[in-house]
Amino acid sequence: MKAKTLKRIPLNIAALVTFVVMIFPVYWMVLTAIKPAKDIGAETPKFIPSSVTFQNFKTATDVDGFWDFWRNSLMVAVGGVGLALIIACFSAFAVARMQWKGRAPFILMVFIAQMAPWEALMIPMFLIARDQDLLNSLPMLTAIYFVMTLPFAIVTLRGFLAGIPVELEEAARVDGCTRFGAFRKVVFPLLAPGLLSTSLFGFITAWNEFAFANVLLFSDPKQDTLPVWLNEFSNGLTVDWGATMAAATVFMLPVLLIFMVLQGKVTGGLTSGAVKG
Amino acid sequence: MSASKADAVVATPTQPPRNDAPAGGSSSHKRPRRRGGPLRLVSPYLMVAPAILGIAFLLFYPVVKNAILAFKNYGRRDFTLGLSGEWIGLDNFKEIFQDSEFWEVLRRSFWFTAINVVSIMVISTLIALMIMKLGKSMRILVLISLVAAWAMPVIAATTVFKWLFRSDNGVVNWLLVQLGFESYDGYTWFAHGGSTMFVIILLIVWQSIPFATLTIYAGLTTVPDEVYESARLDGAGPVRIFRSITFPMLRPIFLLVTSLEVIWIFKCFAQIWAIAGQNGPLNEVSTLPVYAYQIGMQLKRFGMAGAVSTITVVILAAMMVVYFRQLFKQEREAEKA
Repeated sequence: MKAKTLKRIPLNIAALVTFVVMIFPVYWMVLTAIKPAKDIGAETPKFIPSSVTFQNFKTATDVDGFWDFWRNSLMVAVGGVGLALIIACFSAFAVARMQWKGRAPFILMVFIAQMAPWEALMIPMFLIARDQDLLNSLPMLTAIYFVMTLPFAIVTLRGFLAGIPVELEEAARVDGCTRFGAFRKVVFPLLAPGLLSTSLFGFITAWNEFAFANVLLFSDPKQDTLPVWLNEFSNGLTVDWGATMAAATVFMLPVLLIFMVLQGKVTGGLTSGAVKG
Repeated sequence: MSASKADAVVATPTQPPRNDAPAGGSSSHKRPRRRGGPLRLVSPYLMVAPAILGIAFLLFYPVVKNAILAFKNYGRRDFTLGLSGEWIGLDNFKEIFQDSEFWEVLRRSFWFTAINVVSIMVISTLIALMIMKLGKSMRILVLISLVAAWAMPVIAATTVFKWLFRSDNGVVNWLLVQLGFESYDGYTWFAHGGSTMFVIILLIVWQSIPFATLTIYAGLTTVPDEVYESARLDGAGPVRIFRSITFPMLRPIFLLVTSLEVIWIFKCFAQIWAIAGQNGPLNEVSTLPVYAYQIGMQLKRFGMAGAVSTITVVILAAMMVVYFRQLFKQEREAEKA
């Protein structure tokens, strides 16, 4: 018994090291955000603050336009994902429940779109936006986030739909429901968890997106989304690290909440999206 | 009813359930079939049409536009005057291939991807194997730290890493000095290409570990305990067990995660740009997507940028072929099972 406990010590040390390394950036962000300024500038870093302050949060949220950036981020994320979800519902239903010519090519197209090399398309997208007079506009960004999250939504919803027995729908239709009625009254409620996790994952993608927001909203600071602004904020010559970390914390908060909502579904959902399709 | 249910199961064991009015059997299904008619034939196409249109306009069109741009001389003047640029054939590619900087960026893109992916896969596998052996409370602790790191948005993470590696009062320099590396007192990480690259790689590996670890861990939990036990009874050590049992059984998962990471890291833009874009040695750390951005947005040579982007897309497409072959192979096997 004793030998076994001894053997576990290196293992538990390794686990602790992993824990510290993985959590430290997050811990340091939150800690800096609630530290008073004198602790942040201290020669010897303070790993436990001498006192807790919310001044940094106030400085960050008082920045001119902070709530605009917040609103912009929310609008493009919710708009893009909402649109993707509605359209993905139809596509997923057609793929999972109907036989039609071109179904296989359509699925292949969705898979390819899911792996789209977005980062290599910034230049043409910038020129397209310019030609359509959509630079510095949130609708263009919303449309891009819609297409970015659409393939994942179709693939995941298709998976969830395949898990709902078709007999349920058939029974409803035998009882006199129309096809749409059967979907709305029987399938839709069962699909709700799938819709929830799909939309939350899509929301995180759009919420975090930086490359396109950076290139398309380049000349109108009022139109920035949170990541673009946060990056600018941390690049100045004199950076207020307390306020920057407070802003980063506020920026991370919705994502953290979503992860908590999804909990165990997080790994399952992502891998089934990526692996099983 | 039970007859038609059995019918449906037998007729299409692997296909997704059919929507069509159930074949034969009960006569009560005639109504939906008749009402469908031409409308039913059209409706699946109507249902996928919005998705196809969206992908066509916002994904395939930019890809095509990118390729067209690559064969044009489209510069600052064309951009300001709203011209469409003149066709110049392969001139952009000729110029790129003669540019030593391009080759340097290309080489860097590949070794950058290789270092990242190898580190991610090795560390994640080790952590996943470790989690399997941990007691309950330690396991939860490690999982919490993984999810916390995973939940951090990319730009929040880049911001935090800039702060961690700050020259004057960053915590990393302080720690290194405490450990006896006096030369790191006030070390400016973001003034040199090499050290900036090191921080970027560290950041990307740190960010990618949660997904890879949790996916591999999920795979590990599916291997039955008996397999390990009998191997141990046969006298196999931990390395041997991993090589002969764990790895072969989880091969598909390893291959999928690896190819996903290769694609994700090869096209990575945000981390490199956010860390080194404004006040850093961007030229010494840029990979292909960043290089294309520099040529396009900073030098306003959009034609050249289109050519670099197109090369990037082609390389990524080749990587995707490998990924899809693996994906479909696995899907076929799953169907067989």
